[in-house]
Amino acid sequence: MSKGKEDVYGDHISNQFNHDLAGLKAEFLKMGGMVEQQVHDAVKALVESDGQLGEEVRAKDREVDKLEIEIDEEATLVIARRQPAARDLRLVISVIKMVADLERVGDEAKKIAKLAVALSDEGKAPHGYVEIRHIGEHVANMLRDSLDAFARLDSRQALRIMKEDKRVDEEYKAATRSLITFMMEDPRNISRCMSVMWVLRALERVGDHACNLAENVIFMVKGEDVRHTPMEEAERIVGRD
Amino acid sequence: MNTMNPGISAEADARHKSDAVIPVAEEKPEDTVIEEGKTVGKAFADNPKYKLRHVDVSYGDDRAIKNISLDIGRNEVISFIGPSGCGKSTFLRCLNRMNDSIESCRITGQLLLDDEDIYASKKDVVELRARVGMVFQKPNPFPKSIYDNVAYGPKIHGLANRKAELDDIVENSLRKAGLWNEVKDRLDANATGMSGGQQQRLCIARAIAVSPEVILMDEPCSALDPIATARIEELISEMSKSYTIVIVTHSMQQAARVSHRTAYFHLGHLVEVNETNKVFTSPQHDLTESYITGRFG
Repeated sequence: MSKGKEDVYGDHISNQFNHDLAGLKAEFLKMGGMVEQQVHDAVKALVESDGQLGEEVRAKDREVDKLEIEIDEEATLVIARRQPAARDLRLVISVIKMVADLERVGDEAKKIAKLAVALSDEGKAPHGYVEIRHIGEHVANMLRDSLDAFARLDSRQALRIMKEDKRVDEEYKAATRSLITFMMEDPRNISRCMSVMWVLRALERVGDHACNLAENVIFMVKGEDVRHTPMEEAERIVGRD
Repeated sequence: MNTMNPGISAEADARHKSDAVIPVAEEKPEDTVIEEGKTVGKAFADNPKYKLRHVDVSYGDDRAIKNISLDIGRNEVISFIGPSGCGKSTFLRCLNRMNDSIESCRITGQLLLDDEDIYASKKDVVELRARVGMVFQKPNPFPKSIYDNVAYGPKIHGLANRKAELDDIVENSLRKAGLWNEVKDRLDANATGMSGGQQQRLCIARAIAVSPEVILMDEPCSALDPIATARIEELISEMSKSYTIVIVTHSMQQAARVSHRTAYFHLGHLVEVNETNKVFTSPQHDLTESYITGRFG
């Protein structure tokens, strides 16, 4: 093919079709960037006890929801007007699915922001924030990398994100164990530890959604569904030319 | 798909040699060189109706079909797609020797229908065409009554001894073509007075009146409106229970809707043939992909 990877959706006879697909991609990436920032800000609000920032995150979730609806409408129109096939069809279908994932990530960020606001009223917490910062960074990176993999149609990077999700799950389990220890040491910790637990749970879900995005990127590029397939199978599909 | 552009290194090389930037001619997907006789996907079937091997067709010096091998299954609906001039119609017409009348046309290779060579010198072409019916792009009813249009084939092939038998064949064929209810009260009316969609279904009724095994369709819906098209497509799915159907179509959505397998032709090559679901969601060949997604055609 004569075009770079980024241009694979831009060489139709119909320029309007190129334009439609480019628009869809751009809107999706815009939403992705917004959601990524939301996760970042939510974790920051929590760890730094910044109630103000927490409120901002909660307010901004409405914009994320609005974008979800806009992108869905645009994707529906592309299907109605163009009857996309093959890789174009896979792009549109994947975007529709991935938008739902992004919206859910936005909801998780909102959840964290809500807890940040509540916890900031109580003052700094001694336990669990190190883990939150760590896992928060980890899943935010996964989210960024999966959006990056989408933009560059990089199925290998997508595969790395799928593997990364296993590590997040382990970190989550380890953090849960240490929180339980704190709770057993002093029952007065329980309320706060439970809040921290909810945040960790939300972050772990963000990792799952990032993993879903990655699976969709592999579907877009390779044309094969790697959901609910063993990792070795996914590796085989991605490794194929 | 997604391979690095081999032109990039050439361009870099050119820059290296002289400071002037030499623009590299943009490689178009339709210019891709295809290896002759190489088809990706599933070209072969168990116990096929048609077994076609190394088929080559030329009009004079012009090679229209280049070394195509393909099986067509029993009761299968297979569609041939591809840009204009890719050879799909030529290939279709080989299947019941419709190319015989073209003086300059030369066909080599093996074309077997139920393991019988349809180009064997002793082969009775009239009998072949009774087994392999054809429906054309433009409806072409005889300027006769609706009844006579359908009865003509069975009459000349001696399929009915009595009038009652002929009546049965006509009714059955019209029913199978989904036309009976619309025309049962005016069987004596001239067929040319029917609508385009009705005429096309009449042609299908005429084709199935002689109990063929295979029906070839050359863009059967391109002259029809969407409703008439939907009727014919419905009919194709219905007919696939009893017949093998080969359809040439320019409508990719139609191929996606009606056929089990789809074959993509390009400049006389059979580039890819595979299950239709696969072809329209993740085709294997770049050319197929470029064509069905509207990147050239």
